[in-house]
Amino acid sequence: MKLGFTAAEEAFRGEIAGWFERALTGDFARLRGPTFGRDDIALMKSWERHLGDCGLGTIAWPRAYGGRAATLIERVIFAEEEARAGLGPRPNHIAVELVGPTIFAFGRDDQKSRFLPPIAAGREFWAQCFSEPGAGSDLANLRTKAQREGGKWVIEGQKIWSSLAHIADWGLVLCRTEAGSVGSRGLSLLLVPMAQPHVTIRPIRQMTGESEFNEIFFDGARTAAHNIIGEPGDGWKAAMATLGFERGVSTLGTQARYRRELELVLTAARDNGKAADPAIRQRLARAEIGLRVMRANSLRMLANMECQREGREAVINKLYYATWHQELGELAMDVLGRMAELAEGMDYAFPPLTRMFLFSRADTIYAGTHQIQRNIIAERVLGLPRDPR
Amino acid sequence: MEFVFTTEQSLLQDTARSFFEKVGGSAQIRRASQKEAGYLPEIWREIAATLGWGALVVPERFGGLGLGIVELAIIEEQIGATLYPSPFFATIVLALPAILAAGDEAQQRALIPAIVAGERTASLAYTGRAGVPGAIDAVIERTDGKLQISGEAGFVPYGHAVDWLVVAARTADRDGRISLVLLPRQSPGIVTERVAYLDPTHAVARIGFDSVAVPDGSVLGGLGSGDAALQRVLDRGAIALAAEQVGGAEKCLALSVEHAHQRIAFGRPIGSFQAIKHMLADMVVRIESARSAVYFAACMADEEPGEAGLSEAASMAAVHCSDAFYRTAADTIQVHGGMGFTWEHDAHLYFKRARCTRGMFGDPAFHCERMARAMGLA
Ligand SMILES: Cc1cc2nc3c(=O)[nH]c(=O)nc-3n(C[C@H](O)[C@H](O)[C@H](O)COP(=O)(O)OP(=O)(O)OC[C@H]3O[C@@H](n4cnc5c(N)ncnc54)[C@H](O)[C@@H]3O)c2cc1C
Repeated sequence: MKLGFTAAEEAFRGEIAGWFERALTGDFARLRGPTFGRDDIALMKSWERHLGDCGLGTIAWPRAYGGRAATLIERVIFAEEEARAGLGPRPNHIAVELVGPTIFAFGRDDQKSRFLPPIAAGREFWAQCFSEPGAGSDLANLRTKAQREGGKWVIEGQKIWSSLAHIADWGLVLCRTEAGSVGSRGLSLLLVPMAQPHVTIRPIRQMTGESEFNEIFFDGARTAAHNIIGEPGDGWKAAMATLGFERGVSTLGTQARYRRELELVLTAARDNGKAADPAIRQRLARAEIGLRVMRANSLRMLANMECQREGREAVINKLYYATWHQELGELAMDVLGRMAELAEGMDYAFPPLTRMFLFSRADTIYAGTHQIQRNIIAERVLGLPRDPR
Repeated sequence: MEFVFTTEQSLLQDTARSFFEKVGGSAQIRRASQKEAGYLPEIWREIAATLGWGALVVPERFGGLGLGIVELAIIEEQIGATLYPSPFFATIVLALPAILAAGDEAQQRALIPAIVAGERTASLAYTGRAGVPGAIDAVIERTDGKLQISGEAGFVPYGHAVDWLVVAARTADRDGRISLVLLPRQSPGIVTERVAYLDPTHAVARIGFDSVAVPDGSVLGGLGSGDAALQRVLDRGAIALAAEQVGGAEKCLALSVEHAHQRIAFGRPIGSFQAIKHMLADMVVRIESARSAVYFAACMADEEPGEAGLSEAASMAAVHCSDAFYRTAADTIQVHGGMGFTWEHDAHLYFKRARCTRGMFGDPAFHCERMARAMGLA
C-alpha cells in the first residue's frame, strides 16, 4: 500500500495545471470563480469546444475516439486541477461521464463512431431522459412509449427533471418499446435528437431560482430505427449501467470541487471572525476531516477499480458525499449569518455559498435518493430481504 | 499510488483474522480479561513470538520485520473485531515505538530483543490521573543529586501487569519538558493497581510513583527530550487505535445483520423493515469511510510526512473512526432490542470499547481543535 504520485503523474498534473492557466484567459477567464450556476451557456459551450480542440474533452477515452486513454488517477488529477483553476461542473458532464461510457459498453461500432467523437470534440451535448412524473425512484414504472414505424421509432410520453436538456442536442431516452410490458421488461434505450418539432422542452424553475432541469414532451418524436442501444427490450440493463456510471466513476472528482467550496467557507469564516467561535471552528474542522476522508475513500475506490474490483467503498460514495455536502451548505449559512439571506438586486441572485446551500438539498435526491441508496446497500451488500416491488 | 493491500498485507490480514477468531470467542475474551493480569500470557507469547508480530515494527537490525503502521493497523483491526485482550497495544503500539523513537542504541538493545521474543511486555504511562493526553502528573527531578520520579499516572494500558514501563514525566529543571523514562514495573516506589474500568475487556491501571529512583541510563534519549517522541508515538498510536475501532464496528455490523435476518417480528425478519435496513446501511457508510480514513492515515504515517502531517492524519482518523464506531455500536444495541441490553450479549462490550477508545488519545473535540489550528483557524 502506498500513496503519493509517480513522477509521470506529477508531470501530468503540471501539464494540466499549466494548460488551465493558459487557457482560462480572455473571455474564458469569466468561467473561473465560484459560480455554481450556469449563467452563460454560450461561453460554457465554447469552452467545451476548446477543451475538445485541445484533446482534453474526454481524457479517459481511447485515442481513436478523441481521448488520451488517461488512467483513473489521471482523471482524478484532471478533476483536481480543473477545480483548482476555479471551474464548476461541466455542461457536457452527462455526455462525457454517462452517455459516452454507456455507448462504449453497449453500443455498436457504428454508434461509437457516430456519437463519441462529437462528444469528445465538445460539439454535441446530451441529456439523460429517464425520470417521469410517475417514475422516479420507481423508474421501471415509466410509461413513455416508442414504436417502430418504418425506419423510425416514434415516441410518445413525458420526461421530467432532465438536467440541461434545454441545451442538449441529443437525449438518452429510456422508454417502453413492448406494448403492454410492465416493470423493467420491454424497455429500450433510444438516442433521440432533441431539435425536432415533436419534442417540447420546458425548463422548470428550481428552488435555487435557476432552471437547470426540464420537462420534456415527446409528441410523436422521431429517431432513426438504428438509434437504439442493444436489442429492443434490452434497455434496462444498459440504463442501470448508466446509473452506475453516474454514481461511480463520474464522482471521483467530486471531492475536488468540494475542496474549493470548503475553501470559500473557510475564507468567509476567517474574514468575518466566525472562525473564532469555538462551535463554528469545530464544525469547520469536521468538514475538513470529512472531506479528507472523502478523498481517501475516492482514492481507495479508484485503486480497487484499477484492479477490476468493486469494493464496498464504491457503494457508499453517493450517500457519503451527499451527506457531507448538505452539511457544508448548512455550515456555510451559519458562517455567513443573515447576510447570506440577502440577494443582490431583485432577481434572486444570491452569493455563491447561498446557492450552494440551496442546491445541496438536491444531493440526496438525484442519482438515486438517500433512501434508495440505503436500500441498495441493505439488499445488495448486506443481503437483507428486498422491499416489496 | 497503490492504495490497495500488497499480497503480503492480504496474507497478514488472513492470518490475523483466523488467529483472533480462534482465540477470541466471546467466552474466551471474557475469561481472559477477568484474570488479574487481564490477559493470557501463553497466548501473548504466541502473538509476539510464534506469529512474529512482536517484531512487526522493529527495525531489521534488531531482528525485526521493519514494517509500518499499515501492518499494525491490519492486526489492530482484527483485535478490534474480537476485542481480544492482550498487551499488544501497550507493548507493540505504544512502549516499543517510544523506545525506538527516543532511546539510544544501548537502551534499544537492552529491551527490544526480549519484546520480540515474547519474553517481556511493556506499556506507556502517558497521562495523569484524568487520562487526558498532555496532562501529566508525574514529575522527574534531581533530589540530593539523584534523579527521582514522583506523582501518578492514570489509564495505563495493562500497566499493572507488564514488565516494563515507559513513563512520561515532566522535567522539573527543564521548563516542564517531557522526559521518557524506562523503568521495571517492579522498581521500588512504583505502585500499580488495576482499576475497575467501563470497558471490561480492556485492562487499565493507576500507577503511583513515590520518589522512584531513576537509575543511570534509563532516561530515553536524555532529560527533557521526550516531547516530540511522545507526540509521534501518540499520533501513530491514534491511527492504530482507529483501526481497532474499524474492526470493532465491522463486527457490530456483522452481529446486527445476522440478527436482522433471524429475528422475526410481525411475521417477517426485522431486516425487512426499512427502519432497520437503513440503520444497517448507514453502518456500512460509516465503516467503509472509516476504513478508507485509517488506511490513508496509516499510509501517510508510514511515508513520514513530518510532525504536522502526522498529527493531521492522526486527527482525521481519530475523529472519523471514533464517531463511526460509537454510532455503529450504539445502533447495534438498538437492532438487538432487549437482548442487546444484556450483559450476556456482546453488544455492550463493543459499545464500551467504542466509548473508552474515543478519548484515549484526545477526544474528537480535541482533535478538531487541533485540526482547526493546523488549518489556521485558531
Ligand atoms: C437536481 C436534479 C437533477 C436531476 N437530473 C435528472 C436527469 O438529468 N435525468 C433524469 O432522468 N432524472 C433526473 N433527476 C430526477 C431524479 O433521478 C429523481 O428525482 C429521483 O430519482 C427521485 O424520484 P422522484 O423525484 O420521483 O421522487 P420519488 O421517487 O417520488 O421519491 C419521493 C420520496 O420517497 C422516497 N421513496 C421512494 N421510493 C422509496 C422506497 N422504495 N423506499 C423508501 N423511500 C422511498 C424517496 O427517497 C423520496 O424521499 C434529477 C433530480 C434532481 C433533483
